[in-house]
Amino acid sequence: MRHIISVLLENEAGALSRVAGLFSARGYNIESLTVAPTEDASLSRMTIVTTGSDEVIEQITKQLNKLIEVVKVVDLSDGDHIERELMLVKVRAVGKDREEMKRMADIFRGRIIGVSDKDYTIELTGTGSKLDAFLSAIDRSAILETVRTGASGIGRGDRVLKI
Amino acid sequence: MELSGAEITVRCLQEEGVDYVFGYPGGAVLFIYDALFKQDKVKHILVRHEQGAIHAADGYSRSTEKIGVALVTSGPGVTNAVTGIATAYMDSIPLVIITGQVPTHAIGLDAFQECDTVGITRPCVKHNFLVKDVKDLAVTIKKAFYIAATGRPGPVVVDIPKDVTSATTEFDYPKSITMRSYNPVIKGHAGQIKKALQLLTRAKRPMVYTGGGVILGNASGELAQLVRMLGFPCTNTLMGLGAYPATDRQFLGMPGMHGTYEANMAMQHCDVLLAIGARFDDRVIGNPKHFFEEPRTIIHIDIDPSSISKRVKVDVPIVGNVREVLQELIRQLQASKEKPDQGALKSWWKQIELWRGRDCLKFDRTAKIIKPQLVVEKLYEVTKGDAFVTSDVGQHQMWAAQFYKFIKPRRWINSGGLGTMGFGLPAAMGVQLAHPKAMVACVTGEASIQMCIQELSTCKQYHLPIKIVNLNNRYMGMVRQWQEFFHGNRYSESYMDALPDFVRLAESYGHIGMRVDKPGDVEGALKEAFARKKDLVFMDFITDQTENVFPMVPGGKGLSEMILV
Repeated sequence: MRHIISVLLENEAGALSRVAGLFSARGYNIESLTVAPTEDASLSRMTIVTTGSDEVIEQITKQLNKLIEVVKVVDLSDGDHIERELMLVKVRAVGKDREEMKRMADIFRGRIIGVSDKDYTIELTGTGSKLDAFLSAIDRSAILETVRTGASGIGRGDRVLKI
Repeated sequence: MELSGAEITVRCLQEEGVDYVFGYPGGAVLFIYDALFKQDKVKHILVRHEQGAIHAADGYSRSTEKIGVALVTSGPGVTNAVTGIATAYMDSIPLVIITGQVPTHAIGLDAFQECDTVGITRPCVKHNFLVKDVKDLAVTIKKAFYIAATGRPGPVVVDIPKDVTSATTEFDYPKSITMRSYNPVIKGHAGQIKKALQLLTRAKRPMVYTGGGVILGNASGELAQLVRMLGFPCTNTLMGLGAYPATDRQFLGMPGMHGTYEANMAMQHCDVLLAIGARFDDRVIGNPKHFFEEPRTIIHIDIDPSSISKRVKVDVPIVGNVREVLQELIRQLQASKEKPDQGALKSWWKQIELWRGRDCLKFDRTAKIIKPQLVVEKLYEVTKGDAFVTSDVGQHQMWAAQFYKFIKPRRWINSGGLGTMGFGLPAAMGVQLAHPKAMVACVTGEASIQMCIQELSTCKQYHLPIKIVNLNNRYMGMVRQWQEFFHGNRYSESYMDALPDFVRLAESYGHIGMRVDKPGDVEGALKEAFARKKDLVFMDFITDQTENVFPMVPGGKGLSEMILV
């Protein structure tokens, strides 16, 4: 099953490689991993999307907690949460496709943030499946390049991950 | 007054009460060696290979309750140390390893003797640090000692670039330290302990199974008290031998791949299993599927939450320091009206005695050629069970574990997790330094001993009167045994041709060598060797080449599917 795990960890050199090393050493999957400092610059917040049986997910959270630099671990999938991913996609936009591409971006509430006479760069935010849906809705051969951040997640309401 | 990074390093070791540092100098640690030279509180033991330094610090730590300390240089100094570090990591041994690094301005430029120490050691340390500023040095070393010894112990590497050892700053060693990201759980959950107690007192066929955690947690006294109060059978894993006295009736021997028939049968057929500081290793429970064919309730006490429900699902997990949890368990048992079911226990013991009657460790005592088991048995008799015994890895290790009856913790020193050949001799050096008057034996084989044989030179330099018991069968015995059982007697590369003459080898290092090839001479040789209190004696026992370790649970098989003699 797919799980989205949030990790609060010390913002120190090498902390990311400890997490990445843990996943590769123990054979866990990483679908995506994002990390950046929080409002408190001494802490980083990481979101890991992974898949595995309940036993594997239990081990993942325990092993993450065992890392010395990890302060807190929460499996967001345990409760209500919000997740968002950012995608930038550069598409061919010439002739009648140019108008069609603008329309599709609007339908998916994307924004065109880069324009040249041959292409658009569209910014799109949403769940991973929404981004997937956009990519399959447009003409595949029009896609020049995509870049995705991987999911970031946050608990709803009272679920707050903080020290 | 400002001190240099090198002086600070040494002062930190003094503050931590370190008496021995095991190491080997080199370019990146020259300032630290200079600082060591100018003081005499911390004694340095010069090994002959960095692997030996870590194993020696490891043996020192295992045989005491202290943290072992090693010092190596950058690059090859570190890579040579990695086997030792991984060995300590797998067995959760608290070590602090100080490694030299190229100067900060040279890091990442493929400098001479540079390697990414933090990167290379990351998967086999509890934690590691690269100190980039001399101002962080003292607090980092404090953290290293704190992390190494608390929670589930383990090795911690502190990598110090050369320019950091020459830079200066004010020295201030923190008395204590707290880290927001590291707070090991100590006290077990009282409710869970209560639940465990109910299960134990209602059990019909209980079993107590303990591992290295009881030794590391210094909980042997509590374990013995609890087991006696309950009247239950008890088994200690390879890492846990000595936690419960092996001479006691309630002790069933070691479980696992080469465990006793009675221990394995009781593990398999119990209805309530109390696991303490053990991790259901593949060598201990065999095939987990087979293990679960028999229904049983499992209580698991461990300081590391990730050890719980890792290989087998546990019914009552108790996270905490083993000693504190056992003390609480004993308190609750004393206060409780519920006591173990004596009727059920009686018939359970009857069954166990039938299994014990199988006499699974029997061997041919009339053989004309020396049986390796006999050597260990005689070693036990001659030392009256009071020696520290280190071992390498293979058949000799299993025989030592099976035939030497350990009655105290921290007496049996072996590489259980990583299974590192070459561990025994350097580990024995650490043990002997920590216990100068004690009898220290290294039970080894002619293959293992050659992996760190150079340390015979260190033993000479520091007058370490270790007794080396070499069970020489001219084979990598355990490899040969597997080839005999599972590979159609094709002894691929397991025979050692061109062995050295160990007697003359020992003599050339300045020690005493003995060759023993008759069963009748074994006891006399051991007595003579141990009478030489000041000398290292290398006893080369020419043993039966065909002897195998029994019982044996073949890989992938269940605990009750043992091959027996």
